[in-house]
Amino acid sequence: MCKSDKFSHKTDCTQAFVADDLCHLSTVRHVILILSGKGGVGKSTVATQLTLGLKAAGKKVGILDIDLCGPSIPKMFNLSNQDIHQCSEGWLPVYVDKEQTLGVMSISFLLEDQNDAVVWRGPKKTAMIKQFLNDVYWKDLDYLIIDTPPGTSDEHITVMENLKQYNPDGAILVTTPQAVSVGDVRRELTFCKKTHIPVIGIIENMSGFVCPNCSECTNIFSKGGGEALAKQSGVPFLGCIPIDPQITQTTDDNQTFAQRCLNSSSMSSIQKIVDKFITIDKDFL
Amino acid sequence: MADIPKDAPEHCPGTDSGSAGKASACQGCPNQTICSSAKPQGPDPAIGEIKNRLASVKHKIIVLSGKGGVGKSTFTAHLAHGLAADESKQIGVLDVDICGPSIPRILGLEGEQVHQSSSGWSPVYVTDNLAVMSVGFLLSGPDDAVIWRGPKKNGMIKQFLRDVDWGEIDYLVIDTPPGTSDEHISTTQYLSQTNVDGAVLLTTPQEVALQDVRKEITFCRKVNLPIIGVVENMSGFVCPKCTTESVIFPPTTGGGEKMAADSNIPFLGKLPLDPRIGKCCDEGKNYFEEVQESPATLAFKSIIDKIKDYCMKRREQIETDTGEENR
Repeated sequence: MCKSDKFSHKTDCTQAFVADDLCHLSTVRHVILILSGKGGVGKSTVATQLTLGLKAAGKKVGILDIDLCGPSIPKMFNLSNQDIHQCSEGWLPVYVDKEQTLGVMSISFLLEDQNDAVVWRGPKKTAMIKQFLNDVYWKDLDYLIIDTPPGTSDEHITVMENLKQYNPDGAILVTTPQAVSVGDVRRELTFCKKTHIPVIGIIENMSGFVCPNCSECTNIFSKGGGEALAKQSGVPFLGCIPIDPQITQTTDDNQTFAQRCLNSSSMSSIQKIVDKFITIDKDFL
Repeated sequence: MADIPKDAPEHCPGTDSGSAGKASACQGCPNQTICSSAKPQGPDPAIGEIKNRLASVKHKIIVLSGKGGVGKSTFTAHLAHGLAADESKQIGVLDVDICGPSIPRILGLEGEQVHQSSSGWSPVYVTDNLAVMSVGFLLSGPDDAVIWRGPKKNGMIKQFLRDVDWGEIDYLVIDTPPGTSDEHISTTQYLSQTNVDGAVLLTTPQEVALQDVRKEITFCRKVNLPIIGVVENMSGFVCPKCTTESVIFPPTTGGGEKMAADSNIPFLGKLPLDPRIGKCCDEGKNYFEEVQESPATLAFKSIIDKIKDYCMKRREQIETDTGEENR
């Protein structure tokens, strides 16, 4: 009963806001950013898994890919050749399922050829991201996960500036254990502090590889860097994700990522984070 | 300020400045209307200055990849070490990754500072014949973030290319951030008259990475940047205990080799995943000295030789071309 009250209240808000052009994000209850100073540490993979985890928990989830030069999210969901449709309210995200509980938006849907390069300088990227934030008609979402490119530049500044009015829940920082990667993530932490975005925590990805033959665990990219950084900067540590070649296979394969991903050992780390969110969410209600 | 013309009136704000043509010093200046009009101002004069500055650099190689974390900086560092193994050659490394400079750490130069002299910024030296420049040397601490939008990054890159005093060097290796945006457009634009030898594209075997590297190939073709070839990094992992090779990033679509063949560009080789490489990078050590004989060392050497050959051939080609023109 309490829950339905909450929802009806939410719809009222939506209707009140309809006159305003910038209302789409106000219907989204939680906004979570996935950040990392470093590239190739698994931002998109973590974003995908988190989305799937939340969806499995019965939430309505959207995922927005603001990596304009190297969008990977559509590939993860096997949506590479889809197009965006427009309705009177704005752009409709591409839905993964018929029930429309998982919507995806990425620049890759706007490209004619997947090999097309988006050779844009900052201002053009900024305009595109603003459009993504303002014009996508997400309908009522429980969670919006925003996947970002590496760095602390145009894309990041723009997304922070435009999200401020919607009070994003915070950012999850992804790193790999090596010092080279942790060094860049430290800078991202400074960025979060400077832009006043709360840090939900740090995830250490690619934390070790278990040889399928002799089950010897090798730390290919060393170990513990993410945890040490979390401790040092007083940010919660959300867990280690081991290297699982199955994950890359699933991200690449035509089989649905979701089915195989949920069996992966790395999913248990993600599941903990999802559970955390769900409990926090219940507290709110 | 570099953009003030020599014969400008006193207190000229500079032709590139926002108040060009609008400051009080501009009143009565014959060029006031030109400065204040919003018309595009033609090619950046810095392009010419960069051409002069880099005339003393024989070969320029850009290391690119659309994808992040595939090993651009690691490869750049090893390429530089490999080239510098020949003591008669002078090598320079320029890191244009403004937001995530990794080169200082990988080359063991964290905490170093850049010095300024009358001839420009002096790079930091790893060995006598290996000079390095990176935005990392300009930061006050490891927590410092460079939160800059495009134009500021471009200004920095321009300064790196124009104001660093490399001296006579044989190879300048340029390490880039992932993507196809400001840093890449600026670097290629500023270098457009300096005859860049070409770009080495780094990738890992998975389709998710290849997909971004294909975009980078499109970029290179759009800006007329020659491609030296593709290097596939993290190709396989040999377990140190049982020496079974595992594929960590499976090449579900044929990997870098097939992509290179499909896009008609040379494939330079595969580099195996060796935890010792990552360790050496973290500690700033030279992997070639730490681990003399390993499959990775051999793979690196063969790739570096291919790049050397390419540069030599290109140089000869250019010399015969210009020689014929002169006749």
